[in-house]
Amino acid sequence: MLMEDTLRFGSQALVGAKKRTWLMVLAMAIGVGSVVILTALGEGARNYISREFSNLGTNLVIVIPGRTETTGEAPPMVGATPDDLTLDDAIALTRSSAVRLVAPIIVGSVPVSYQQLEREITILGSTADLLPVRNLSLAKGKFLPAGDPTRGAAVAVIGSKLKKELFANKQALGQWIRINDRRFRVIGILDPMGESLGLDVGDIAVIPIATAESLFNTSSLFRILIQANGRSAITKAQKAVKAIIKERHNGEEDVTVITQQALLYTFDGIFKTLTYTVSGIAAISLAVAGILIMNVMLVAVSQRTEEIGLLKALGGSERQILSLFLVEASLLSLAGAVFGMLIALGGVWALDQAFPSFPLTVPLWSIAAAILVSISTGLLFCTLPAKRAARLDPVHALSGR
Amino acid sequence: MIRLEKINRSFQVGDETVHALRDLDLELKSGEYVSIMGPSGSGKSTLLNILGLLDRPDSGRYHLDEIDTTTLSELERADARCNKIGFVFQAFHLVPRLTAADNVELPLVLAGVAPPERKQRVHEALEPLGLLDRAGHRPDQLSGGQRQRTAIARATIMQPTILLADEPTGNLDKASGEDVIHTLEKLNNQGITLLIVTHDPEIGGRAPRRIRMVDGAITEDTRT
Ligand SMILES: Nc1ncnc2c1ncn2[C@@H]1O[C@H](COP(=O)(O)OP(=O)(O)O)[C@@H](O)[C@H]1O
Ligand SMILES: [Mg+2]
Repeated sequence: MLMEDTLRFGSQALVGAKKRTWLMVLAMAIGVGSVVILTALGEGARNYISREFSNLGTNLVIVIPGRTETTGEAPPMVGATPDDLTLDDAIALTRSSAVRLVAPIIVGSVPVSYQQLEREITILGSTADLLPVRNLSLAKGKFLPAGDPTRGAAVAVIGSKLKKELFANKQALGQWIRINDRRFRVIGILDPMGESLGLDVGDIAVIPIATAESLFNTSSLFRILIQANGRSAITKAQKAVKAIIKERHNGEEDVTVITQQALLYTFDGIFKTLTYTVSGIAAISLAVAGILIMNVMLVAVSQRTEEIGLLKALGGSERQILSLFLVEASLLSLAGAVFGMLIALGGVWALDQAFPSFPLTVPLWSIAAAILVSISTGLLFCTLPAKRAARLDPVHALSGR
Repeated sequence: MIRLEKINRSFQVGDETVHALRDLDLELKSGEYVSIMGPSGSGKSTLLNILGLLDRPDSGRYHLDEIDTTTLSELERADARCNKIGFVFQAFHLVPRLTAADNVELPLVLAGVAPPERKQRVHEALEPLGLLDRAGHRPDQLSGGQRQRTAIARATIMQPTILLADEPTGNLDKASGEDVIHTLEKLNNQGITLLIVTHDPEIGGRAPRRIRMVDGAITEDTRT
């Protein structure tokens, strides 16, 4: 039998039994569609996290005061009150050759006002280095002046949202705003970059660290952000930071140093696992679809015993009958895969419209895997009915006994 | 060209064993026209099915063209069904979704004949049966007689040497039944070996050799 005839016969048989065909295609399509959509969601979550992290800055090392135990070591029992992390600590860190930039941060939340308008927002006290370290960019004006960080001027760089709320469309640069009843001159406006790890950069004001120390009446830093001297220097920087702080804090290593990469790897790992798990679940749904298909196919075989008997009576061999049914199964699975893909793409598109900030992508491997899995499930679950069909005795098949 | 020796075929129905054929011997010469008659359940269909390689005997030998068919593999049996034997059923057994022409074409498709040759041969098979204007019709758009003639065209498209017809007129009115018998006889005149199982004595009487079966055995075998 010629291949084209086998294909034609199979497709005619499918078209001839529309209801059954649609049912099977639908089952397959739902299976394939769910595989693709679920993997897209998993991949999307992973992309989302890594984008958030890369917004954070490159080669970033974060120093947090206090020792957060993440390594499973027992927390220190005595002398556990950590020394504050101070501006001097931060300045000392620049000694290490692995450290390129250092941006100490003090955080506070205080009212900011311009004329009659007042808002309570997050104030970051930092240095000129914050701009490159934190990957920020300016929409207008200048950032904090470089120079001795211990001498603070009364200047502020504000977020774009804050600018809009206080000044609307008026000129903001050069104007004086009040932060906690002190006057600051606006010298720059940050580029809106959206939210990154919970901090909306549109809704902050950045002031010199020394000014912030006196404004909040504290010398303890919230965090020190460090840009390592290149990707390869990250671990070295991490070690150097620990060593310098230990030396300065009377031998007490009372800070936690985390790297952006370590965080990223952790999350990336989690989301990869999640994606695989989710696709595993989807694959199970595909297998369920396969079993459904098998049952429908078994019914199809028993409905068509007469035809099978006839084909055998006309000289069809077992192998021909088998291949006819398997071709039918492959066509079904292929149709299912195509429809499933349409469902998936439609679903992903709809999700994308609904949540535009969530980066949904359909990974190519998931498409390939879904098609492969659907065709192999189709073939696998149709082999049994097809074998049964092929083995049927022609007389019995014809008489329907 | 056909020789059956001590053919036995029995069926298990519940606890009972039904002997459909008992030690049956039969010899047919090439080009013969034979009718088989007998009461219902006497084993006529079983005999025809074994002759058509649709069924296997439990014991005995069946020589077809000097080949012992009991030794053939499944593939060789399929091949013999394809090339040597044509089968016409009482219930027509046309594929309902296919047109008359496509039904007739089926054996050629199964045999892997190239499409252009197929079209030619289907045309040649339909023409003498007066079915050309019905070629594009599906079975449910055909009369009973037309359906059976389509089935005959299908059974003979591979130019078999033997044509087996199991009550070919059983589902037809008298006029179309006669029509079908004439078609079969015409094929016999062209050299095909023809075996017709029938209930109708008038039809059975037309054959030069008439076999009567009772209870799985041949009781009469007359020639004129
Ligand atoms: N597949 C089968 N299973 C069980 N019994 C069968 C089967 N085929 C035929 N028989 C029995 O064998 C006997 C002969 O049947 P059959 O050859 O169809 O008779 P006929 O065609 O002469 O009416 C009957 O008793 C019938 O019931
Ligand atoms: Mg019968």
